[in-house]
Amino acid sequence: MGLPDDYRAMARIRRFEERLAALKDDGEIPGSIHLCNGQEAIPVGAARALRDGDHVTATYRGHGWALTRGVDMTGLFAEMMGRDSAVNGGRAASPYLSDPGRWFMGENSIVGAGVPIATGAALTAQRTGSGAVSVVSIGDGAMNQGNVHEAINLAAVLDLPLVLVVENNVYSEMSRIEDMVRIRQLAERAAGYGIPGRVVDGNDPDAVAQAVTEAVTRAREGTGPSIVEAMTERLVGHYSGDVQHYRPAGEIAAAREREPLVRIRAAADAELTARLDAIDAEVAAEVEAAVAAAREVPFPDPATVKEYVYV
Amino acid sequence: MSESLRYIQAVNAALAWALDSRSDTVYFGEDVALPGGPFGATKGLHKRFGSDRIFDTPISETGFLGMALGAAMTGLRPIAEIMYADFSFVAMDQIVNQIATIRYSSAGRWKAPLVIRMQQGYSPGACAQHSHSVEAYFAHTPGLRVALPSTPDDAYQMLRTAVTSDDPVVVAEARMLYPTRGPVRADAPVEPIGGARVVRDGRDATVVAWSRMVPAALAAADQLAAEGFETEVIDLRWLNPLDFDTVGASVSRTGRLVVAHEANLTGGFGAEIAARATSECFADLKAPVARVAAPDVPMPAAPALQKAVVPEAEHVAEAVRATVRR
Repeated sequence: MGLPDDYRAMARIRRFEERLAALKDDGEIPGSIHLCNGQEAIPVGAARALRDGDHVTATYRGHGWALTRGVDMTGLFAEMMGRDSAVNGGRAASPYLSDPGRWFMGENSIVGAGVPIATGAALTAQRTGSGAVSVVSIGDGAMNQGNVHEAINLAAVLDLPLVLVVENNVYSEMSRIEDMVRIRQLAERAAGYGIPGRVVDGNDPDAVAQAVTEAVTRAREGTGPSIVEAMTERLVGHYSGDVQHYRPAGEIAAAREREPLVRIRAAADAELTARLDAIDAEVAAEVEAAVAAAREVPFPDPATVKEYVYV
Repeated sequence: MSESLRYIQAVNAALAWALDSRSDTVYFGEDVALPGGPFGATKGLHKRFGSDRIFDTPISETGFLGMALGAAMTGLRPIAEIMYADFSFVAMDQIVNQIATIRYSSAGRWKAPLVIRMQQGYSPGACAQHSHSVEAYFAHTPGLRVALPSTPDDAYQMLRTAVTSDDPVVVAEARMLYPTRGPVRADAPVEPIGGARVVRDGRDATVVAWSRMVPAALAAADQLAAEGFETEVIDLRWLNPLDFDTVGASVSRTGRLVVAHEANLTGGFGAEIAARATSECFADLKAPVARVAAPDVPMPAAPALQKAVVPEAEHVAEAVRATVRR
């Protein structure tokens, strides 16, 4: 990994999310979608610490995690289009999709609920001695859910190989996180659980990779969970259609100066810029091909609607 | 081979069987390992199987039921204990939104083979928060299996079936039946899931009951026999999968149906049985379907007040008499 690879991985997520937004506007995506534009460095950095067999659990803003875990892009588009995708057959859509073949435990539309579930994957890893870790990503707002508190404490007392990545985009859905907590950094809570917690620049994939690697190493060694709080900013609304009237004037424009892709481009010389341009073109072609392939996936047969409730 | 065990000992024996015969099982919950559980359900299991297989959790029902789900999705077969069924309500998200839905929402790509063991119902002096009969909440939820054993043998057999099921199963035991004793077939093959049982034959009326109301219905049938009414009693056993065929066949013979449960009336599972009987056995019914249930009040704690709400054998008998007279 390194700069061009990280750039490509982040550009794939950005382009994917932008294309989704356009498909939503065009009426090709029926349900609500929650995009992660601006937060791409976090799943991309974390991916460097992971290997096959490590489970990842994410929130409903988790398309980036699905892509970095290797979930098929065509399948993701098709799933969100309500088609009979190989991902979840149109039964999950954007906020609840999962892929066991890629160790992606899934997104979750109940805020924080993925953390107890990720704790279970960590329990399996510990009890079977597989050496795997379980990484779970939540937003800053989820830190105020009881399920998260319960799961972190549980993982701590059981020394489970769990890494909690808090993507702090400073908004708890549509309210500022600073109005929802009395602490400055959410990672300060780690001390309350007797586990390590640190804050990193979530717009820098290197910083994220370093912090998550440390936490993953600790987890693999059997010394228990950690919290990594990655500071970032959301370039888009909480959900598709969110006009973000609650954000101060200029905030999003300022965030656009600091977001991870722009940051790399700002520091690039002419030669690197040319390489990045080429990557952008390749990624755009990949995304368009995935959209086109997804449009070929049939819609699910209503006759199958009762399948899969029970084994 | 059968041995005589108390209901709670049968639960213990089934858990020992699970931990002994399946290396993928783990058991956890509050005070289940070193303390052996408040009712002794896990007595001796920690000593026998060790902390790798059975361990205590913090008082975090949401946390450890979610952990059970994640562990089940990734290869273990967890059995999680909710100390009192009432406490399952603090973890309803994990049960209803997560455990029950993951198989369907992933198009069958994940499964959640786990058991949520709990005990329920009133007992003298227990308050509203230790007395709920929760079965209707879970039977309403697609994706869950729901078991309510009424005898020591069923406590053993149905819990073993639950452990081997690839679907998530809520096993709701009856705390008031824990001291009851009966034969348990320890070496019986594991039964397939589901199946109601006719536990007493009769031609005049059918009583469908489950959990603590089964012995109550049998006692009522004894009283009624002395009065000349022959009452058929069905132990429904599993609310999901629901064996309505057994109920329907009986109702078609007797023409009269009384459904008895300890949970309160409105929206109780008795309403489902009554609706099914009405739509599937209408031509055979000689009287309206009757329901015996607690009235719609939270359970009071004082025994004098509990007596006014908890359904017993006499209520079942009176409902059958009223049905037969019509």
